[in-house]
Amino acid sequence: MSRSSGRSSPLTPYLQVAPLALIMLAMVGIPLITVLLLSFWQTDGITIYSEFTWDNYAQVLTSPVTLTLFLNTLKYAALTLIATMLIGFTCSYFLVFHVRNLKWQIGLFLLCTIPFWTSNVIRMVSWIPFLGREGVFNQALISAGVIDQPLDILLYSDFAVVLTYIHLFTLFMIVPIFNSMAKINPNLIEAARDAGASGWQILWTVIVPLSRTGIALGSIFVVTLVMGDFFVVRVMSGGQSASVVSAMKNQIDQLFYPEAAAMAVLLIVVVLLMVSAILRIVDIRSELAK
Amino acid sequence: MSQATQRRGLGFYLLAAFFALFVIFLYGPMLVIFILSFQGPTGGLTFPLRGVSTHWFNDLWTSTRYGDLGGAFRRSMVLGAMSLAITAIVCLFAGLAFRKRFIGAGPLFYLAITSLVVPGILLGLGISQLFQLLGFRLNWWLSGLGAHLSWTLPFGLLIMFAVLNRFDSSWEEAARDAGATPWQTLRYVTVPILFPGLIAVALFGFTLSYDEMPRSLLTVGGRNTLPIEISNMTTNVTTPALYAIGTVTSVLSFAVIALAFAGIALIQKRRARAK
Repeated sequence: MSRSSGRSSPLTPYLQVAPLALIMLAMVGIPLITVLLLSFWQTDGITIYSEFTWDNYAQVLTSPVTLTLFLNTLKYAALTLIATMLIGFTCSYFLVFHVRNLKWQIGLFLLCTIPFWTSNVIRMVSWIPFLGREGVFNQALISAGVIDQPLDILLYSDFAVVLTYIHLFTLFMIVPIFNSMAKINPNLIEAARDAGASGWQILWTVIVPLSRTGIALGSIFVVTLVMGDFFVVRVMSGGQSASVVSAMKNQIDQLFYPEAAAMAVLLIVVVLLMVSAILRIVDIRSELAK
Repeated sequence: MSQATQRRGLGFYLLAAFFALFVIFLYGPMLVIFILSFQGPTGGLTFPLRGVSTHWFNDLWTSTRYGDLGGAFRRSMVLGAMSLAITAIVCLFAGLAFRKRFIGAGPLFYLAITSLVVPGILLGLGISQLFQLLGFRLNWWLSGLGAHLSWTLPFGLLIMFAVLNRFDSSWEEAARDAGATPWQTLRYVTVPILFPGLIAVALFGFTLSYDEMPRSLLTVGGRNTLPIEISNMTTNVTTPALYAIGTVTSVLSFAVIALAFAGIALIQKRRARAK
């Protein structure tokens, strides 16, 4: 901490942080409370009445569709999590431990992160010419003689949804894992090698445990992103599958706001449980403070 | 590096191949739609290319089939510019504040993180309902801007933390000891030193806003932003015009990223020379 001079008043940090605090309260805090309130309010389909009711939750919790939606969303999250974790770990491992030139390391890392600053909608759309019946993938397989009939399951299927998730979200795994790995002291690996550890043993007993903060952070990002998506599911499954949020979006489109809000609160509870489960395995806060 | 003399084994080449495949996976599909956007007038959504033309780009500007693309583009640019300025300024001061202890620092930080992990459409629902309860109209430049800031500010704050982590505050003390006012210290010492980091924050401010869709959907009111128009096109438009708009908006994104990186590189080069 810096030595405070006579001129700097104790009020300074409050003034400096005030704009952020105001915007965050007005655009995040109060709106979230609004959703919570809304989930307890009554509606007749046209107008919303500010009278307390459990009906929205009763409706959501007793509907058999809810469980299916949650299971389907969890399936997407699990598949995406496994794939992004494997890809993210392998790519970070390559960048940190095999690319020895720092300039190359940073350059290749940036190459992985640049798509983050471009449009997700366009990146999703760009799979359509690839996966369609007459798409690049089918054409290549047919001309290679692997199949005679184009595969229908490539586009507008669960496969397309998960593939798009992996495409969109792997970089949320790479960035934190890369950061954790880059902090590993090379002497530790050297010491393990001197002590006679094989490459695999070093990987499992040194590198994986020391990368756990990054893996946990990346997992939180990927899980929350997949659980919060409605657009990829809607377009890439061709309307055949639904997730919690895409069902919520339908309710919103039909102006069933209180029911959508109840669904949203339920989703947040499930996501918070998953995040705290991840945090139970890895104590991110104490790891980051190191 | 201690292993610099060691020969590269099979593992290196396998991992390099895996990484190369990942990069192709990342950029390949995008490259395909760039190529397909130059499809001839009779061409379809997939290969083969039936001639090469800029037909679909012209179609975007001249046809009325695609809604108000020009207006949506203009609104997205204005929103991006506003988000850029507000994110850079608000996050600079907030970052400076978080270096000291203040009441509410923890809750505010968690509120920012909450905003990152909460599904965007849910926050949009909250903002739009709040506006309706208060009797305000939804507007892209107010509720829409607020929704965008709920997305750009937390990212900007996290970048600012990383930037300030490497900032040596003894520079500020030296300025104060030399008799600079707090304002002069900020203007002539802190901001110039932090400037490359501020460019990065601004880059996030613009691009995250420019590409934002889930939070905007319910909050922009009657007039759409570009990502919303494009997402509507994904279900209505079955011509390569969809790829053409994709190419246009991606080229703009890449230009902004290149500009930001070039700016940071230029400053760092100048500093290296000054040493």
